[in-house]
Amino acid sequence: MELISENKRAAIWSCALLLVGLLVWEFSISTQQVATGELTEYELLTGAGTAKAGVPPPSEVFVKAWEELSNPFYDAGPNDKGIGIQIGYSIYRVLTGYFLAALIAIPLGFLIGMSSVAYKALNPFIQVLRPISPLAWMPLALFIIQDSEASAIFVIFICSIWPMLLNTAFGVAGVREDWVNVARTHELSAMKTAFTVVLPAAAPTIVTGMRISIGIAWLVIVAAEMLVGGTGIGYYVWNEWNNLDLTSVIFSILMIGVVGMLLDAAFGFVQRRVAYVE
Amino acid sequence: MTVKSLGNPFSKDTDLRHGQSCPCDSCKASAAPTQTHMSSEDMLEQAVESAIVRSVFGHSDIGRRSFMGMVGGTTAAAALASVFPINEAKAAILDNLGLPEKTDLNIGFVPITCATPIIMAQPLGFYERYGLNAQVIKTAGWAVARDKSLSGEYDASHMLTPMPLAMTLGAGSVAEPYIMPAVENINGQAIVLANEHLDKRDPSQWKGFTFGVPFEYSMHNFLLRYYVAEFGLDPDVDIQIRVVPPPEMVANLRAGNLDGYLSPDPFNQRAVYEGIGFIHILTKEIWEGHPCCAFAAPLSFATELPNTYGALLKSIIDATQYASNPDNRVEISEAIAPTNYLNQPVTVIQQVLTGTYADGLGEVQRVPDRIDFDPFPWQSMGVWILTQMKRWGYIEGDVDYKGVAEQVYLASDARKVMTDLGYDAPADNYKSHMIMGKSFDPAQPEAYVDSFAIKAD
Repeated sequence: MELISENKRAAIWSCALLLVGLLVWEFSISTQQVATGELTEYELLTGAGTAKAGVPPPSEVFVKAWEELSNPFYDAGPNDKGIGIQIGYSIYRVLTGYFLAALIAIPLGFLIGMSSVAYKALNPFIQVLRPISPLAWMPLALFIIQDSEASAIFVIFICSIWPMLLNTAFGVAGVREDWVNVARTHELSAMKTAFTVVLPAAAPTIVTGMRISIGIAWLVIVAAEMLVGGTGIGYYVWNEWNNLDLTSVIFSILMIGVVGMLLDAAFGFVQRRVAYVE
Repeated sequence: MTVKSLGNPFSKDTDLRHGQSCPCDSCKASAAPTQTHMSSEDMLEQAVESAIVRSVFGHSDIGRRSFMGMVGGTTAAAALASVFPINEAKAAILDNLGLPEKTDLNIGFVPITCATPIIMAQPLGFYERYGLNAQVIKTAGWAVARDKSLSGEYDASHMLTPMPLAMTLGAGSVAEPYIMPAVENINGQAIVLANEHLDKRDPSQWKGFTFGVPFEYSMHNFLLRYYVAEFGLDPDVDIQIRVVPPPEMVANLRAGNLDGYLSPDPFNQRAVYEGIGFIHILTKEIWEGHPCCAFAAPLSFATELPNTYGALLKSIIDATQYASNPDNRVEISEAIAPTNYLNQPVTVIQQVLTGTYADGLGEVQRVPDRIDFDPFPWQSMGVWILTQMKRWGYIEGDVDYKGVAEQVYLASDARKVMTDLGYDAPADNYKSHMIMGKSFDPAQPEAYVDSFAIKAD
């Protein structure tokens, strides 16, 4: 008998788990007793004729997802936009804050990695600032920056800077001494050494830092937008929570997961491109 | 904003440009606490005078100051008045509104029925009627509404009636002069308890309860404190009061984080609709006709964009009057329920606005004035709020109750617009109020604070 490849078996298992999970979920949600027939005024006012807010079965989530995804870019006013527009806003904020952070973290990380004095001088600050929850910056940011959009971007900036900074420093410091020495015997300038020897050698570690950062940034944006409101996927969750519409909340949770996975996959691709075998 | 630009234009010592070496009083003492107590009408007047004088002197401040030095300010004022009727110009700012200086406006709101006039003015076209293209922007909570107003992202905003007072005083905020030319709703709040407390209808049984209120500087906080204190509970000791944004009240009540809340609708009615809680009392039973939410803007908005301010105030007051007519309430409910506005089931909104509602105890109540809309900002209401802020330790020391209330609650602006639009406006700015059987005399605020046995030390 021909053995099925490991990948195929894993895929079959995944599908089976999903199916079982969805079935258990579907049948564990008891259908609500919706009163029928003549309703008293009191029953009408307390919504006896309609379903109460509750956890929906997966079939309802699929219907909701179909509705939302078939028209993702509608714009019905400043507080009601399609899911595509909301995700677009979130990605824009994440990428802006993220690239600003990269712009600072990578050169600074290089400096710290190449000079042990700079490393020791900056380390205490990094260690204090790194564990601060990014959302703790929000009130301060709102007060000082006086702009909610820029504050959200700042929060992304501050949370994504640390993994990139530390990984760059770590990667640069870990470049093999021999390679730098070879560069020196070829009389390469410091700049040229940095770009042609150190950078490619440290690239896998740096990109790993960038990959961790984008993951954190995506985690934080949802919370930041729930706080500030206006637009974005976080606002969408908050707005549906207002209405206790759990179907939409679950749908948006899934969307957050999918987008996060795509962002991570993009950096995974870059990571494979810069990897090398010694 | 600073009030520096409102220096006396008839003095040789003031520099209307306020450069570095300006010797005027407000520049010398940069804090200028006395200046900020100028009533807003005075400020408006001085802004107009200043503009006229500056235009006469072709914006050459040196020329103006040497002229004032030579002939004296009074003479100059008289001379100028003879050719330019200053007194008429002062009134003209509100009498004949010109075209709005700025038509695209952002107005913040928190998604609650108190904001009904501000919200409905968009779908029902009240902003448009007065030449404005205003967007109403949903805000997650009051702290964010405050910060977005202070940062200028919102031109004007829906606020709780105590907020502009607190912001002007710098209590829990940066001090920035705010004005509140119109109240939105009166009544319209309720105390909701979780269903497990059906047998605890007597507030003296509430020791150890956790209550939610939407914001520290809210009527909700002050009314809840007043109410439990009347039943002998010290709100700072015997119960816990937690700030919870209105939209999160129902979820917290269901999760058991709160035993009850005094919150804006639709979240009281939503708790009943979801079968989680019941309406213990409506706040109108605490104080019949109490103010709740308001329309507020920074003072600089009114002075820098007087025509826009006038047009906006007109649309708000017109919408508020429209909402006060019970016949319009069903139409309004449908206009403000969609996702773009309140994002709530229409039946819930309708029960709030029409006052025919299920109380969660098995009865249908009919209280047409469960929520009502009345734009007039009684200054006595402002004084009452300040007495409660003093009572519970939110502000300390000597409080200029009337001065602050008159600076922030622009009763005369509201009266003017109401009269222009053909509505009846009260002739007085002060009246006495009756709160849980105890009368409040706005002329004796300090004595009123002292009359309570339970208060912060």
